[in-house]
This record gives sequence, structure tokens and C-alpha cells, in this order.
Amino acid sequence: MTQEHHAHSHDHHNDHSHLSEMDVRVRALQSLLVEKGYLDPAALDVVIETYEHQVGPHNGARVVARAWSEPAFFDWLMRDATAAIADMGYTGRQGEHMVAVANTPQTHHMVVCTLCSCYPWPVLGLPPVWYKSAPYRSKAVMDPRGVLADFGVQVGDEVTLRVWDSTAEVRYLVVPMRPAGTEAWTQEQLATLVTRDSMIGTGTALTPSALTGAAA
Amino acid sequence: MNGVHDMGGMQGFGPVRPEANEPLFHAPWEREALAITVAMGACGQWNIDISRSARESLPPAQYLGSTYYAIWLAGLEKLMLQRGMVNATELQTGQAHNPPLPGVRRLDAAQTAQALAQGTASTRAIDRQPRFAVGQRVRARQIHPSGHTRLPRYVRGHTGTVERVHGAHVFPDTRVGRTVPPFVDDAHWLYTVVFDGQDLWGSSASTGLLVSVDAWEPYLEAVEAAP
Repeated sequence: MTQEHHAHSHDHHNDHSHLSEMDVRVRALQSLLVEKGYLDPAALDVVIETYEHQVGPHNGARVVARAWSEPAFFDWLMRDATAAIADMGYTGRQGEHMVAVANTPQTHHMVVCTLCSCYPWPVLGLPPVWYKSAPYRSKAVMDPRGVLADFGVQVGDEVTLRVWDSTAEVRYLVVPMRPAGTEAWTQEQLATLVTRDSMIGTGTALTPSALTGAAA
Repeated sequence: MNGVHDMGGMQGFGPVRPEANEPLFHAPWEREALAITVAMGACGQWNIDISRSARESLPPAQYLGSTYYAIWLAGLEKLMLQRGMVNATELQTGQAHNPPLPGVRRLDAAQTAQALAQGTASTRAIDRQPRFAVGQRVRARQIHPSGHTRLPRYVRGHTGTVERVHGAHVFPDTRVGRTVPPFVDDAHWLYTVVFDGQDLWGSSASTGLLVSVDAWEPYLEAVEAAP
């Protein structure tokens, strides 16, 4: 068992010891709030359906693929990301005020929320556990190269590491660099290369060969 | 508040551990906790800054020892207890003993998709001009408010450069000032201010590091005239 696997099973073990207790507590909370008339149980289903099935990083991937393909859209995205992203139908909670930043050979962008868990929901969905965790929130603003190493990503020392701490209601989307060898690709194909982490800045877009490897 | 939630630059938490093929929720209750928290966010008895303040003022050991959805739940329960929407016995039993607090807005299923797709803008009209301009050197004030603030400790007292002006946004520090509606709704100009990693962390900074925060005007003071 690798060290990483060991750490995860340890975490899951801790979760399980709380699981039934937390399940009971949340059930009780929900029925209380429904009985009090504060909560419409059917509204909960809409929230869950929205973030489990509709909103997720596939939205952001389509934004990036379009930005790679259409220079006019890229310019719009850089100038007014809120409007450009809304044009693709992605709006709403935790994405009311969007800014997009593009990686270049000179600059690598990374997004964090050191104070809580701010994250651009309409384009990336709900944040992964690591994004909300103390290791990421503490380390990203001081040692982002160490964070990238934790993800197995290397960025040369000649590249500026530009970290955006989301301390207000502005939400940031990283446009990763377009991989070589994708000149003839359609937007739909390009979107398959755009990972969630590449849009946070803890990863890069997949190369065509990595995509083949991932699918194999 | 100089709380444990203000984590930028803290050390000793170990490596970031991304989880391959991470599920959206790690237990059934997390799914419900997300939905309840989001739905109750529309109840009109608090705003996003009050809810953040409730979470970050949990006891430090509890905050550090909890998963994020557990922090959300604890914050939600605290908000509802403070306002008399529920009491401790009701939370324990899951059964109502007291009548509901009047005036609590219920988010109905029919409005939910629209509410999520619309969100809540934090921008406001303002009748003042911005004090600072892009390119200007500014200092993050050396302040340590005991209440809610969104100026992280690691930039306080440091000088950076204004990179963007975002318009006027509602100011978190005073928005928590009234715990019941109508809430305080002061707006101030919001700026992206970028700091050199060496200035913030000395030789411990990653090579070639620039870090920005989004800072409201009251967080900043000029160190030079506008360019």
C-alpha cells in the first residue's frame, strides 16, 4: 500500500467513525427545518441535482476550449469574464463576478481561498476536499511550487508563479496553455483535455498522448 | 479576527493530498449538508458574511478538526440557535417544540434553480471615486479587528501594487454589524493588490512568486501618489 493510500484509508476510517452519528444529526436537522416550515424538501433535491449533474468542471472546460479556438472570445473572456461565461449559459451562485487569467510560457496562475473555500461554482462545480483543506490553504500563497510538486507538476524557475487569493466575491478561472498538436481539434475534443485542476492552476491541460493514456 | 481560518502561510499541515477520482461527497450526510446549507442561505436571516463569520469563530480546535461540510453544519446550527429559529433540544431530537420564528423566508423548489442560476451580486452603486489607481503602490493596513474581516494576516503591513479595480462591493467587515435584517450594506471600492513573494515571506517564498488579494479600500493606505 502506498503512503498516499494509507493516508486516505486513515481519513476514511475517521469519517466512518462519525458517519452514522453525522447521518442521524443531519436527518434530524432536515426534518426539524421542514417541520418548522423553513425548508422545502423538494428544494434540496433541486440543489443536489444541480451540483451533482448539471454544474461541474465540464462547464469550465467548454469555456477554455472556446477561448483556445476563438480569439475574439478569448479577448472577451480576458476583458469581461462574467459576461463571456454567461454567454455560454454559466451563471449564478459563487460565480457572480468572474475574472479569467491565462497561463503563458512566462506566467503560471494558481487560485486559492486562504480564508475559507471560495471557488467558481458555475464553471467548476463544488470544490474538491483538498481545495478546502488546511494544507492547500496554508501553502499555496507561500510555496506554490511545493503545492505543484504535491500534484506531480513541475513549472520551471524562470516562470512567474502568480497566486490569486480569493478574499472577496470575485472568482477566478485559470485558462491553461493549449497543448501542442491540437491545432485541428474541435472545441468538443479540446474540452476533453481541460482538467479541473488545470483551471485551478494545480495542473496543466492534458496532452493528446496523456488523454489516450488516460482513456486506455 | 486572527483566527485559525486565516491559514495563508501557516506551516505544519503536511502535503496537499489530491484524491484520484474524488467523489463529490464522501458520505450521504455531506450531500444533505450542502443542500440544507445552500437552501437555508436564502432564508433572509443572515448574509454570506455573517455565515462566514459564524464558521470562522467556531472554537479553533473544532474548526481544525472538522471536515468542511461539518464546519458548514456547525455554522448553520449556530446561526439558527442565535436567532431563536431552533433550540438545542429541537436540534437533538429533530422535532419542533416551539413555533417557527416569523419572517423566515422559505426557498421553494420551484424557485430554486432560478435562485442558484442568478446568485447574489455583491456589487453596489457608489457615489465616490476610487482613491487608488492601477499601478499605484499601496500598503495593507496593520489592523487586527476582533470581528469579521477579509484582509488576511499575511499581507498586513506589506506594500503591494494595485493591479485591478473591480468596482464597489459590499464591505464584509461592517456587513456583519447587525445580526438581524435589515443588514448593514456599506459599499467600498475593491482592488486586486499584488505583492512580491519575497516581501511577504523572505527567502521562504517560492522562486518568482507574486501573490494577490482582493482588498476593499478601507484595508489600504497610499504609500505614493496615484500615477
